[in-house]
Amino acid sequence: MTIKPDPSLVAPPNPVGPPRSGHTSIMVSTVVPKSGLKSGGRWGDRIFGSVALAAGATIIGAIALMALFLIIQAVPSLQANHANFITSSEFNTTDADNLRFGIAELFQVTILSSLFALVIAVPIAIGIAAFLTNYAPRRLARPFGLLVDMLAAVPSIVFGLWGIFVLAPRLEPLARFLNSHLGWLFLFGKGNVSLSGGGTIFTAGVVLAVMILPIITSVTREVFSLTPRGQVEAAQALGATKWEVVRMTVFPYGRSGMIAGSMLGLGRALGETVAVLIILRSAAQAGHWSVFDGGYTFASKIASAAAEFSSKLPTGAYIAAGLVLFLLTFVVNALARLAAGGRVSGG
Amino acid sequence: MTQSTLGAPAKGSTFHPLSPVRKMKDKLATILFASAFAVAAVPLIWVLFTVLERGFKAVLQRGWWTQSLAGVLPDQFAGGVYHAIYGTVLQAGIAALMSVPLGIMAAIYLVEYGRGTFAKVTTFMVDILAGVPSIVAALFIFALWISTLGFPQSAFAVSLALVLLMLPVVVRNTEEMLKLVPDELREAAYALGIPKWKTILRVVVPTALPGIISGLLLALARVMGETAPVLVLVGYARSINYDAFNGNMASLPLLIYTELTNPEAAGRARVWGAALTLILIVGGLYVAAAFVNRYLTRHRT
Repeated sequence: MTIKPDPSLVAPPNPVGPPRSGHTSIMVSTVVPKSGLKSGGRWGDRIFGSVALAAGATIIGAIALMALFLIIQAVPSLQANHANFITSSEFNTTDADNLRFGIAELFQVTILSSLFALVIAVPIAIGIAAFLTNYAPRRLARPFGLLVDMLAAVPSIVFGLWGIFVLAPRLEPLARFLNSHLGWLFLFGKGNVSLSGGGTIFTAGVVLAVMILPIITSVTREVFSLTPRGQVEAAQALGATKWEVVRMTVFPYGRSGMIAGSMLGLGRALGETVAVLIILRSAAQAGHWSVFDGGYTFASKIASAAAEFSSKLPTGAYIAAGLVLFLLTFVVNALARLAAGGRVSGG
Repeated sequence: MTQSTLGAPAKGSTFHPLSPVRKMKDKLATILFASAFAVAAVPLIWVLFTVLERGFKAVLQRGWWTQSLAGVLPDQFAGGVYHAIYGTVLQAGIAALMSVPLGIMAAIYLVEYGRGTFAKVTTFMVDILAGVPSIVAALFIFALWISTLGFPQSAFAVSLALVLLMLPVVVRNTEEMLKLVPDELREAAYALGIPKWKTILRVVVPTALPGIISGLLLALARVMGETAPVLVLVGYARSINYDAFNGNMASLPLLIYTELTNPEAAGRARVWGAALTLILIVGGLYVAAAFVNRYLTRHRT
């Protein structure tokens, strides 16, 4: 990039003001572009600034429109609903004159699978973040970090395929073991789908955990790496072991990052669609908060019915479910921001 | 903790060896943290290995990259996914055309102009948009573009949904890159009397360009694997369709999802073949991003 400094621009300000164009024949070539540039600068700035502002406003507009249109499309169906939207577990939209849909079941499966994924992913992610920031040799920390980030690059449908065809059969013995030994706990009780095949929340949760690992790790890692050097050195000077340094400085300092990262991961898990859709088997009866249940999450229910989005009222039922998912993720993401005390990045 | 030792008379060593318990805890923590990392590496390698192992035969099959599945029977080991590759690239490409200028301008606004409440709200909304599930973005485009405005299902509708998913990634990345440009460069340009907009376009953005481009490639890679929008917004076609605005169009995720219902061995082979193809494309974009970042940055300074 080369900027040719215009001598008249660098020169000390002329008290008389810039010479008008056409003063002398020699000056014309430099002065005309200059005055043009000056007013062009003013206008250019105004125009460019407005365009930039408009781009920012578009993003706000997009979110507002999103909420607006989902509401507009959902309301007629909600009014035509013959079941309680919040408490009903039915989701029957085949008869447009007798819509019966509720989100209780979807909510249960969504929350259970996401929380299950979170319980698995958060400790691992914190471990990785601590490892990368404090244990791994500095030269290897970057490539190691890339390795974790590459998990985020794998398309979710591929995770879904892997989850149901490869991972699920391997998890089945573990699932059976948990079911028979910890079955007294409702979480590991008998589910509403068969354990064989592995189309359960258990499998979906493990896959979701793998999928949200990179985002939790990257946010946590970022905060861990910001631990004040002085605090670390102070702990070391007191004779703390590496673990004690991490426990006494890195963890307390990075708490907000852990929470923010977990919330972002939760948001991802709540909205994950196709991996869950491929893995979970649909169930005939309602679940009882067991990880060996099947069923649909908000996202997978919507995606499963997408081919039948033709008439307005039944479609509106799914849009209503989508609206709930939108609100859910909105709240979770806003909480993540709040926990981080400002921006949360992490891709 | 060490007070009593410090206060003790100067005979003997001031420093005690670590107590076995603390030593053990330290070792245990090291092992746990390292194994956490290993645990993350396992699924990555496992997934990649699985896809490679099960997909490579299909990918090497004659016509895989050059033919569509038109006229191919479900149980036939024939045809290819060229139509789906076209769809994936086209949909992501159109989305990039829309979201790149918009995203970069929004980032410029946030970094170079944004002050006060409006900028804060915009930043917040970018974060929220980043958290919007792809299925919700797809539903929104369905509600707006298809249900309200009455357009048919098409690849373009998919692109619109992808714009929403790509935009926050582009904005955030560009923002990060613009912030890395030292203020001295801006001030030097101002001192030369260059207007702000020209400073941004000719000094700030070119300096940050390698980072911005590599971020764009990563964003592109991410939306190419999105399945939810294609499930909702376009139908599957077994043959090639060049028209973004009309008709059904295949894409790799949609092909995978559709072929999942094919019980034949050929269908399974196509599923894994398409998965490998998708990973190869995404991986290629990642490599390109790393290359741009390294190569261009080095030759600039």
